[in-house]
Amino acid sequence: MNPGDSLRILPEIILTLTGVLVMLIDASLPPGWPRRGLGWVAALGTTVALWSSLWQLSLPVGTGFYGTVETSPFTVFFHVLICGIVLVALLLALDTLPENSHHQGEYYALVVFGAVGMCLLTSAIELLVVFIALEISSISTYVLAGYRKQTGRGPEAAIKYFLLGSFATAFLLYGIALIFGATGSTQIYEIAHALAPMPNVPNLPLTLASLCLMLVGILFKVSAAPFHVWTPDVYEGAPSPVVALLSTAPKAAAFALLLRVLYEEFPTLHSIWVPVLWIVAVLSMTVGNLAALRQQNVKRMLAYSSIAHAGYLLAAFAGLGASGVAAACFYIAAYAAMNVGIFAVVTLVSGYDEKLPLVRDFRGLIYRSPALGSLLIFFLISLIGIPFTGGFFGKFYSFSSAVGGGAVWLAVIGLLNSGLASAYYLRLAFASAQRPAEETANAPVHSTPMGIAVAAALLFAAAATLILGIVPDKILHASEAAAHTLRPPSEVQVTPPVTASARPNP
Amino acid sequence: MNDSILTLILLAPLAGAVVVALLPDRGKLPAWIALLTSLGTFGLTLHLPAHFVRGQSGFQFEIDRPWIENPAIHYHVGVDGLSLWMVVLVGLLAIAGVVASWSSIKERRKTYYTLFLVQQTAMYGVFISLDLMVYYGFWELSLVPMAILIAMYGRKDGPKAATKFFLFTVIPSAPLLVAILWLYAKTGTFDFAQLQLYVASGALPVAPLYWVALAFLFAFAVKVPIFPLHGWLADTFNEAPVAMAMVVAGKLGLYSMLRFHVGLFPVQARQIAPVMIALAGIGILYGACLALVQRDFWRLLAFAALGHLSLIVLGIYGLTFTGWDGAIYQILNNELIDAALFVLFGALELRYLTSQITAYGGLAAKVPQTATLFVIASLAIIGFPMLNSFVGEFLILSSTFSGVSRGWAVVATLGVILSAAYMLWLVQRLFYGPESQMASSTPAGDLRFGELAILWPFAVLMLVMGIAPTAWITIIETRSGPPSLKTSVPSTQAGQSAALSEGSQP
Repeated sequence: MNPGDSLRILPEIILTLTGVLVMLIDASLPPGWPRRGLGWVAALGTTVALWSSLWQLSLPVGTGFYGTVETSPFTVFFHVLICGIVLVALLLALDTLPENSHHQGEYYALVVFGAVGMCLLTSAIELLVVFIALEISSISTYVLAGYRKQTGRGPEAAIKYFLLGSFATAFLLYGIALIFGATGSTQIYEIAHALAPMPNVPNLPLTLASLCLMLVGILFKVSAAPFHVWTPDVYEGAPSPVVALLSTAPKAAAFALLLRVLYEEFPTLHSIWVPVLWIVAVLSMTVGNLAALRQQNVKRMLAYSSIAHAGYLLAAFAGLGASGVAAACFYIAAYAAMNVGIFAVVTLVSGYDEKLPLVRDFRGLIYRSPALGSLLIFFLISLIGIPFTGGFFGKFYSFSSAVGGGAVWLAVIGLLNSGLASAYYLRLAFASAQRPAEETANAPVHSTPMGIAVAAALLFAAAATLILGIVPDKILHASEAAAHTLRPPSEVQVTPPVTASARPNP
Repeated sequence: MNDSILTLILLAPLAGAVVVALLPDRGKLPAWIALLTSLGTFGLTLHLPAHFVRGQSGFQFEIDRPWIENPAIHYHVGVDGLSLWMVVLVGLLAIAGVVASWSSIKERRKTYYTLFLVQQTAMYGVFISLDLMVYYGFWELSLVPMAILIAMYGRKDGPKAATKFFLFTVIPSAPLLVAILWLYAKTGTFDFAQLQLYVASGALPVAPLYWVALAFLFAFAVKVPIFPLHGWLADTFNEAPVAMAMVVAGKLGLYSMLRFHVGLFPVQARQIAPVMIALAGIGILYGACLALVQRDFWRLLAFAALGHLSLIVLGIYGLTFTGWDGAIYQILNNELIDAALFVLFGALELRYLTSQITAYGGLAAKVPQTATLFVIASLAIIGFPMLNSFVGEFLILSSTFSGVSRGWAVVATLGVILSAAYMLWLVQRLFYGPESQMASSTPAGDLRFGELAILWPFAVLMLVMGIAPTAWITIIETRSGPPSLKTSVPSTQAGQSAALSEGSQP
């Protein structure tokens, strides 16, 4: 190990130190003192981690710690994304966690430790490190999911999430064991090398079993159907600021892992996993949207919507090589921006205690609070996928890579689904645009006052959604750079398109 | 000026929207800003006919700048004889829209006029975009302000009508987007002119192309609407604020058919033309018959619109040069007269608070100006000689009779007679006969200055367009003509010039 290796995990180190610092300060403060400042410490640490991972771009692409972690544009892309989400989630929590909560310090520390796990997950290229990183991130999210201990739903959500989550992780671990048995290695590149001779892959049954088990574990984490049943319950029970984090950052990390496993570890089995993901994508979007249509609870509705979005994202995997990876990366960024934004709005409207969880409680929002109402409608429009928002370009790249890969029907099903999805997004949007009903117009309205931190969080999310929709070029270049550092399956040349100069002859 | 005028037209309403959104919602301030913006933008659109080089085919005032590198989306805009008057029309109707909203929108004027102006930008964008992705962006964007405004300002059940409208129009745009992506995957360009060349060159596979053309047509047919896809129309007319209802149907879909269906897929359009002609014929009769039996004047107007729009579709899919002249001219006429009728109906409803026809009667003595203008508009829409619709309808009917099919020409003429019947009957029921109880008991004034200031110029315009149509037609005729049978064989300069030369021979 050489000293330069630690630079390869610099953001993780910074985040860990921040988390430890927050915990130590929290323990040494006398009880009863305000602990809100700890949130700012955590936010500061996350910002430094974000910059440090941008700095990592100046490192040569390579591995460290005996080939267990990697820095490349791919890892930097996801580090920046995850740190950005965590930053927004921290800012959101700063203003919405109840002031007298005794566990504020732990909350911030847990969020930061979760970020360590997620970041490590995207840079690990050794399956055991992957497993450890996944556990670090999962355990902190399990705890966070049950943070509202006063109600019965909090612990219920946490236990469901924990039991199902550990079950899924066990699948992943079993997959890792099998692939070690098949190839004698747990390092992703070495495995890919061992599996390289395509026509006769060594130990094919074992490899296939491993692929399936690992897929189960990862698809659970991204809440794709049919491994999605935990999502609505957990989202409903967990506090909204936690869901803002839960529905985006761990998913982004899990998608990064999925990209790595599929494109770097099993590129030779391309012809097997593409149809599998085709089915999972169609299933996710259809199940997610149909179930969301019937929900009255906003958080459950958004939970099903996030299942549908996982489906749209998986459509990108049907694309060929680099274009599919780039589309998936872009979609993750766009999805994270709008989803964290909408959960921020929901947090502010329903409050931490969630006195107003139903769609009809949102009626007249734009009259009560024009800013929140407009933002809610804006994020919903982006989730529908209307042009000039991030959601549109996300879908656009995803389905255009699917069409490019020949999966025209997947694109048709996906876009019809997104048309169908607009029905329930619109229900919420129209409810908040409607004049408030007479009986609620005079009722005292619970709404959290908007502080500077949460205003900044909303501004980040809205600006990111808008920028991704109007000038997506920069993020797109970043995601393409990220895609090129993954070694995609050799691209099959389709019929070369006619060039622009080739005018039809008379 | 010539090389940036289209950008100015596109951005002017958006700038107005930003100003409205930033200023406080006080009194009629937003309405004044919207009025000034609309007047200014209309002034800008008049620059186009003033500086259009007559007798020169192809696009003018073109701007072509790269926007997004990969996929290659260009900000490519321009107008030709087909779209020029549409742009001017949007500008004119914006003024009518502000006037119609002036007194009827009493609350949340800021939200209303912000969205109203965004809607204008989207419509300008649809008419000037020459890059399919930019076009699609504006096409989708135009739905959003419309839907939100219907939901917020609906008369009885706004959200329901808005959802219906949105779903009806957004689901067909899913296949449209897939079709556009397929074209891109095959050709590597979204540019209209280049795609026209590719399609004409015959390099693309024929069978998928048929479905691609159908996807385009389907999206446009719903938007027009064409029988049997008109389910959303009556509810939308019934619920939408007047200024929105007057722009929702007709020109966007009809223009898109001319430009992007027949214009891009001449061979496929010729194949499907008989079906479209039959549907148009049915629509003409069906719309007229249903208009005869409506009790509510908004619904009557909706079915009347279905009939009149179907007549234009007949002109388009007759695929004759004169038929197209008539169709394009008739789009202008129809929108102009409909706008006048909408303003008048809106004024009536504002004063008498009902849209039930039976409640009215004998108003002519009390509101003479309304009655006079209403009679003029009614005569115009039934195709009275010397007024504008006569020219358009005559061109469509005569070209159908001589060039397409005598049977459908007879059917269409029958529809014109029926439309005279329901319009004149409506005039009789509203304004003449014994004074109804409501009319005598409700004290109501005649049209206000603003309404007169827009309606009299409209009436004069109807007369001028009826007497001197050449001023408009000379510009319209510089467009490319309908596809002849010859264009199915690749020609030296592809579709456009071949169609033109064919068209110039009478």
